[in-house]
This record gives sequence, structure tokens and C-alpha cells, in this order.
Amino acid sequence: MDIKLQQVSYAYAQGTPFEKRALFDVDFTIPSGTYQAIIGHTGSGKSTILQHFNALLKPTTGEVHIGNRIVAAGKKARDLKAVRQKVGIVFQFPEHQLFEETVLKDIMFGPLNFGVAVQEAELRARKLVNLVGLPAEVLEKSPFDLSGGQMRRVAIAGVLAMEPEVIVLDEPTAGLDPRGQKEIMDMFYELHKKRGLTTILVTHSMEDAARYADNIIIMHEGKNVLSGAPHEIFRDTETLNSFRLEPPRIVRFQQKVEQLMNKPLSKVCLTEEELAAEIARELREERAEQ
Amino acid sequence: MMEKMIFGRFLPGDSPIHKLDPRSKLIFVFAFIVIVFLANNVVTYAMLLTFTLLIVLVSRIRLYFLINGLKPVLFLMVFTFLIHIFMTKGGAEVFHWKSITIYEDGIRQGIFISTRFLVLVFMTSILTLTTSPISITDGIEVLLNPLKKIKVPVHELALMMSISLRFIPTLMDETDKIMKAQMARGSDLSSGPIGERIKAVVPLLVPLFVSAFKRAEDLATAMEVRGYRGGEGRTRYRQLKWDMSDTFALVLLAVMAIILFYYRG
Repeated sequence: MDIKLQQVSYAYAQGTPFEKRALFDVDFTIPSGTYQAIIGHTGSGKSTILQHFNALLKPTTGEVHIGNRIVAAGKKARDLKAVRQKVGIVFQFPEHQLFEETVLKDIMFGPLNFGVAVQEAELRARKLVNLVGLPAEVLEKSPFDLSGGQMRRVAIAGVLAMEPEVIVLDEPTAGLDPRGQKEIMDMFYELHKKRGLTTILVTHSMEDAARYADNIIIMHEGKNVLSGAPHEIFRDTETLNSFRLEPPRIVRFQQKVEQLMNKPLSKVCLTEEELAAEIARELREERAEQ
Repeated sequence: MMEKMIFGRFLPGDSPIHKLDPRSKLIFVFAFIVIVFLANNVVTYAMLLTFTLLIVLVSRIRLYFLINGLKPVLFLMVFTFLIHIFMTKGGAEVFHWKSITIYEDGIRQGIFISTRFLVLVFMTSILTLTTSPISITDGIEVLLNPLKKIKVPVHELALMMSISLRFIPTLMDETDKIMKAQMARGSDLSSGPIGERIKAVVPLLVPLFVSAFKRAEDLATAMEVRGYRGGEGRTRYRQLKWDMSDTFALVLLAVMAIILFYYRG
């Protein structure tokens, strides 16, 4: 299911003196089955754009195509449930959305809203609780008795239980410990690979964008200014800086290495493993030459 | 959806009204509420209206905001207007149809009462639009100070007020966020039968309460850590200053009251 934005603008509090424009003619397509990262400085419009992906916000001008549904400015949009089932959003700090008496019930909330049978919803919950790395015992507990990290996982399971075709992640690991961050990001990546889930990661972690995304879209002051594969995007430090962004740590490290070795490596590396292998190869070659 | 609410907002500015001391503005508004009741004929109501509009002019607030402030009481205004039109008897008959008779006095009374509403809402809106919530509570605290003698916890009341005012926008944002998160999970707040809609409020209220309590606890900790121990011996960062203009505002109101008293029928 492709998501296509055409000349999308959005203004908060439109028609009042507090009107504030957040998006200006945003135009891009997210092809089905890809892993996209949307990065940008604070206030660049990332969070506004993601609410257009399942019609929580309607553009002030322009059109959003979600699969074959069109949400256009000025038109009444009815029956958005189908759209919302297909595009799941994991909001920032999703643990704030928990409310049920038990974890099981909370995970089942989404599917039940979309008309899934109770048994089926329960089945999904039992599978998912495992997938997000929690023991089955938590299902009977109150979500408010869990730790922050566990609550986050429950909330994520609650969105996955809707079995969306597209999943939108808004800083899904903010505030988690480094290991939890990696576990959760790896889990989403695996889902993306195994189930062909279209994944949209909205983040300001260049590291995550570099490691997981097929393609990166950069937002700056309410516009999409640049799009490309991670190794292309992160090659150009100057352009990134002009959008008040920095390349990921690993790329900066590579730049330092290149400075010290006095020659560039053959490619821009995006993960530790890749860079280690690249440096080793370079050193081996050098030794062979001597 | 929440962002459209304007009633009760503060609009920073530098008009003479903005610069007045909150104490004088509070006294002014409360006295004005009393004075409004002095008016009882065309001349006095016209004076009140002119007086109010002059103050609007001086405050340099766009009429848009004031009209918006009227919206919550519009129903009440129309309702009382209609009651007066149909119920007040006296003067010449203006209109007669079956058992409904409208008299001249009814129309006059209806217009008077609506005007009264209008000037009251305008005046109180000007107070909140030109005074930051913090200075309003500061002003109230000082004005209520004499009540300390009869053991009214004035400082605590003022603190409660400023904290709740401070958290209104925060809670609104939070509501908006949680609402969107639940809508993304398929809960539907804006359509369907009323019973379903009431049920859909639970997923909204529970998280909202949880976060409000957590916020309250965090705030209490943060205050304690910074040595808050109640109002006893606490000094003020924002000093209230009574100017000539404050005295002038109150004198102006007194003059207005005397004129009204003179011209009332």
C-alpha cells in the first residue's frame, strides 16, 4: 500500500489569529514494503506529517493518497476506520495510551475496535506479547504495574495487534535504555523483513536511520528538502549541517579515520560492522603493498 | 481541535490596559459588575456600552476575540432575551398573534438585559485577555490578604489557582495526544450512538488521570526540592506596582458610577 503526499500543506488553528503553518507543499511517495526514515530538526514538521499518514489530520491544501483512499483538503472524509486499521501509528511515549485493567485487554483494544473476533484478538495478544519480548505472565497484570520499558512494549504490541500493513514509528525508543532501544528497533526491522511491513520511522536518531532505513527523507522548516539512500544522504556533511543535522556517529568516526589515514575509504559505512570490515580491508591491502 | 478555544486566553501586548496593575484591574472589574446594575434606561445603557467600547479601543484587542468570548454565553443571552420579549407586559402592544402578545416594554427589557450581558462579558474578557494568569493570581492573593486574619489559607488558594491555570494548556495538549493515539487504535469519539461514545471516553480519561496524577507528584517533588515551604516568609519575584494610572482608572470608574446614578430613571 503506497502512501502518496501531493502538495500537502497544513496549518494549526486555521482561521484564528493563532494560525501556525507547519507544512508547506510537502510532496513525496512512500512505496509499499520499504523502510523509510523521516528525519529533521525539532520543529521541522515531522510529527505533523506522520499524523497525515492515517488521516488523523486532514491537509489544509493538497491530497494524501493512502492506498486507494484519498484524503483531500476541503472534502469530508468518512469512514476512516479502514484506513486507520491499515496504517498503525506508534506515537511517541505510547505507554501514555494504556488504560485497560489488564495488559491482555489493552492489547485487544485495537483489534476489537476494528471488528476482529474476541478469540482471534486474544490469540494475537498472546503471540505479540512474546514477540515484543515480555513473559506471558504480564498478560494478566495491570499495565500500570509494569516498568516504563515494559509498558512501552505493551503499547507497541497494542498497535501491532491491529495487523497494519504500514507501521509508523515516532521516536519509538525515546527514553529507553540502550539495550532496550536496540531490541525494539531490531524487532521492528525483523517484522519489516519477514512480513513485508511498510515501515516509516520518524526520528532524530541519525544512527537508527542509517542502520535500518532503505531511504531517508529530510524535513526542514515544514518542507521535504532531500530524499535518498542513507549512504548518499550521510556523505554530504555540509548539506546536513545546513538543515541543522549531523551525520551519524559512525560516519563522523569514519571521517576522522579517513583524516588520520590520509585517504578516503571506498564507501560510506553505516554500521559499526561495516566500518570495521572496511578499515580491516584497507589495512590488509596496505600491508600487502608493503 | 482544542487549539480553537480562545476564551480565557491571555494576549500579551503593551496597551495602557495591559500595563495596569492586576489589583486595580480586578477591583475595576468587580466594581464594574456592580455598577452595571445602576443602568435602567436608554441613556444609562448607552453610556455603559460606550464606556465599554472605549475601553476595548484603549486595550487594542481585536473585536474578534471578544466576540469569540461571547460564544459560550450566547445561548444564555438569546434565552433571556426571548423570555423578556414574551413575558414582560406593559407599554403599547407591538405584535399580536393568537395567544402571543409582544409589548414595547418586553422588547426594551430584552435589549437592556442583552446589553448587560454584553458589557459584562466584554469587561471580564478584557481582564483575562490583558492580564497574564500569573499576575491575576498575584493580584487576587494580595487583595485577599486581609482574610488571613480569619484563617483563610489565602496563599495556598492562590497557589492552587495558578497551578491549575498553568496546567490547562498542558492537559489540553495531552488530551489531544491521547485522543489521537486512541483514534489510531480505532476508537471513535465523534460518531456512533451516544452510548458508544460515552464508552469511548474511558480510554481517554484513564490515561489522562494517570498522567495528571503523575504530573502533580512530579511538581510536588520539584517544589520540595527547591525548598518550597508555603507562603510563610516567601519573597516575591514579580513586585506589584500601583501607579497613577491605576488610581486614574478607578477614579474614572467612580465618575462613571456617579454619572450613571444621576441619569438613571
